[in-house]
Order: sequence, then C-alpha cells, then structure tokens
Amino acid sequence: MLDELRDLYQEVVFDHNRNPRNFRVIEDADRVIEGFNPLCGDRITLYLKLDGERIADVSFQGQGCAISTASASLMTEIVKGKTIDEAEHLFQAFHKIVTGEDDDLKLEELGKLAVLAGVRQYPSRIKCATLAWHSLESALKGEEASSVSTE
Amino acid sequence: MSTLPRQSPQAYPIERIRADFPALRQQIRGKPLVYLDNAASAQKPKQVIDTLAEFYRHDFSNIHRSVHTLGERATARYEASRDTVRRFLNAAAVEEIVFVRGTTEAINLVAQSFGRSRFREGDEIVISAMEHHSNIVPWQMVCRQTGARLKVAPIDEDGALIVEEYQRLLGPRTKLVAIAHMSNALGTLNPAGELIDMAHARGIPVLLDGAQAAPHVKVDVQALDCDFYAFSGHKLYGPTGIGVLYGKRKLLEAMPPWQGGGEMIRTVTFERTEYNDLPYKFEAGTPAIAEAVGLGAAIEYIEGIGWETIAAHEHALIEYATARALEIPGLRIIGTAGEKGAILSFTLERIHPHDIGTFLDHYGIAVRAGHHCAMPVMDFFQVPATARASFGIYNTHEEVDQLMDAIREIIKVFG
Repeated sequence: MLDELRDLYQEVVFDHNRNPRNFRVIEDADRVIEGFNPLCGDRITLYLKLDGERIADVSFQGQGCAISTASASLMTEIVKGKTIDEAEHLFQAFHKIVTGEDDDLKLEELGKLAVLAGVRQYPSRIKCATLAWHSLESALKGEEASSVSTE
Repeated sequence: MSTLPRQSPQAYPIERIRADFPALRQQIRGKPLVYLDNAASAQKPKQVIDTLAEFYRHDFSNIHRSVHTLGERATARYEASRDTVRRFLNAAAVEEIVFVRGTTEAINLVAQSFGRSRFREGDEIVISAMEHHSNIVPWQMVCRQTGARLKVAPIDEDGALIVEEYQRLLGPRTKLVAIAHMSNALGTLNPAGELIDMAHARGIPVLLDGAQAAPHVKVDVQALDCDFYAFSGHKLYGPTGIGVLYGKRKLLEAMPPWQGGGEMIRTVTFERTEYNDLPYKFEAGTPAIAEAVGLGAAIEYIEGIGWETIAAHEHALIEYATARALEIPGLRIIGTAGEKGAILSFTLERIHPHDIGTFLDHYGIAVRAGHHCAMPVMDFFQVPATARASFGIYNTHEEVDQLMDAIREIIKVFG
C-alpha cells in the first residue's frame, strides 16, 4: 500500500472495519438514533442503554465507509462505562483533532481514537469520522428516538 | 486478460487532443493525473481557455444595448455563439436557443414557465427512475404549486428504461414527459426517438435532459422532434455557468417569462410591461457573455474532431473498461444496459465507494464516489453509493489499465 495512505488507513482502522465491535442491536435500548451523511449515503443506527449518568451499553448498526465504520466501532468501545460528561468531553477533544481545529495534538488523551487523527488531511472525509460522534451527542442530549444529519 | 484491442479502432488523434488540455499535464500526489470524472465536469482545451482570455482582453462589454464598438463586438460574438449552438443541435432557428446557467436552470425554466402556467390539479408529468435530482426536484416543486402529480417510469435490473411501462404511464392527464437522454449514474442511453414518438402519438410534449448525452452523441433536435432539449457547457469541455435550453418556437412563444428584469422587456412603464421577442424574453439580466462565447469555442473544438471519431473512441474505451472490470472478482457494475455511454459505475464487495475514491486519488486517478445526485437510482440497486469512472475524448486505454490495476491493489489492501 502507498505510504501516505497509511496515515489515514492504519491497521487499527482496517481491523475495526473488518470486525466492527458492538455491531449489534440493543433490544431494550433507552435511546435509538439514526445518523445520516447525505453526502455519501452513510447511515448509522446508534443504540444507547443508560444507567443513571453512566453509559451502561452502546452499540451500532448501519453501513458506511471504512473510516465511518471504524470510528463508530472505536467510539462504542471507548465510551462504554463512561459518564455522559466524560463522553461529551471525549467528543469535543476528538472533534478538535479530526477537524484540525487543535494543533496541539493531545493524542494520549484519546487513546486508540488517535488513529483517526490522519483524517484531518482529508477535508472531504472528516464527516465520515464524526458521524457516529454526532449521533452519540444527539442521543445523549436528545429525545428517545430522533435523527441527526451531518449536513 | 481481455481480448479486446488496447487502442481505439482507428487512427484517433489522441496525442494531439491530450496536448490541447493543459490540466492533464500535471501530477497528483506524485502520479500523472488520470481524469475520469468527466460526467461531473470535463477539463477545458486551450482553445476554450484562450477564447475566454482573448475575449476579455479585446472584445468584452455588455451586450445588446451599447452603440459603442466594444458593445457591438461583444454582441456579435455572443450571437455568433448562439448560432453555433443552433447548428450544433440542428435547431430550425436561433430564436429557439435560450442561454441559461446550465441544464438545471433550463429544466427549472420549463417547470416554472411552461409547467406552472399550464398544469392543473390532477395533471401528470412523466419522468423515469434514472433521473438526476435536477430532473426530479423542479417537477416536484411545480407539482406542489399546481396540484399536478409526478409519474415515474421504472427501470430494469440492467438500468434500462422499461419502455412498455413508460408507454402505459402516458395518459389523458399527461401534460409533459421529462426524461434523461443519457443517465449520469448508470450510463444508460435512452431510446429518445421512440419515447418521443410514443408521447407525440398522444399529443404530449417531451423535454430531454441532455446534460450527459450532449458531449457524447450527435444531437439533432429536428430528427428527434423533441420539444425541449437542455444541456450544460461545462460537461462539453466548455465553461461553467453557461448552458442551453432549446425549445420549439411555438412552445416558447406561448410561454410566459419566468424571470423579470432588463433585456427581457421591450417597453416598461409603471402600468405595464411589454416583453421582448424570443429568445431574449427568457434572458433577463446580463448573461454569462464570455462563457457563451467560450461555449461556442468548445462546440467548434469537438466538431473539429468529429462525432463519429469521438463515438468510436469512447465506445472502444467503455467496451474495454467493461471487459477489464468484469475480470475483477467482487466488482459489480451498476448499469449494464445494452445501449450505454462511456460511464462505468461500480461497487466492490465490502469496500465503500468513498474509500475507493480516496485510494484512487492516491494513484492520481480522479473518479466520483457517491450517489451522483441520483439517490432513487442508488435505492433501486440497494447500494448507498457507487464509484464512477466516466470517460471523455482525452482518455486512453492505458488509463483504463491504470484504473484496473489500482482497483486490484485496493482489493488486496482491504483483504
């Protein structure tokens, strides 16, 4: 593979694209949200089970590119067990890094999510990485069932 | 390996043509550019670029209302370009050639002028399931305004129009047929003449969306007997911001203007306005003057190569690309109609088109990845998107090979 592409398509991304984690339905989910990126047709359904202020379980279904699938998969792994505030904080940090808003890359704070930092070099692909997170944010703030669009 | 020849069937002047397109002489991420996004927009030959620059340097002014020399020169060149378009379409008269921004504006003009003034509650407009959004949404808008209804003629698994179903939709309430001459997402070439004859047998006028067909096939509006024909300059190797609506004179004359302003009037008082003659009635405001002149240059450029020559070259390219694509396991071609233009829309098993697009860009290859402004087509084939390689006069068999080699690499990497 071409070396420059390695920045975007790291092995972790391929792994989570081939075998997405938490790729299932939560039957008794407290919140279900549809995320849609009209630009490329990516769709995600996010399921959320809350235990008070804590995210007890989170899963997703849908179809998308490698970046959006890996991003959703990594997100579910990292936010499970976190409080709503912690998840919100992660979203803000992640958003800043993939949009290139924050030049001071505090990658260690993001853990595995840092593999997606390379997307900042691809403006047309940033929404692929943020679709799942926008859906999560909306689910945490919003109603029981709603939908979110990246446009 | 395909047994098809790796070159065009005749002495095609590919070197000369490629040398005319400055944008092709560049590297993308260290690789020579392979531009296969022609269905979205084509690159421009130096003849068009030079015409724009030369026009702005010497002859530019506003048109039609200046008595000074530049005004007369600019007007003469703008109107000469209109006559080039008339000849290009084989229209009967220059009054039938209306300059617009592009195909989208042409269709909106017909919807808001012809449609809005004529459609009544319960009337029907027939389109097809392969339309671009720009030949869907303007009709939905006029349906909401008038109470008319949209009827959609279905396509089959190959992406070809089901002609019998289309014919069945033509009824006493049908007021207009609006259909793609060639599909942007699938490459399907519709049997336009046959579809028009069927509609005319019931007295129904037909609009052809020629955005995709105009750069690839010889269009003769009199032989087709179509009532409206719309196309864009930028897909025809010409400038952006300029396009054409052809309309039969009788229809255009009876239609009200759709935008008011300068140029489209004869006299104005605060009590009433008398509208200008065709085609100026539909050209309110200062038009895209240089772009219209540039469009004329683009038409002359492709006519200089010749339609038969272009058709033979592009036919050889799509046949070769299709054969090579079919050799790749897991590649599915979306759009396999018998009559097709030079568009190869495809998906790869387990690899999203957006990933394909990003990877190909790293090999210097520009394709479109997405829904191609034809979401209903994507729904029909149950894919979220496709990757689309679309070919033009300057593409080569070697570039097809580069595309196919890159696709094989992507499949290897994604495993």
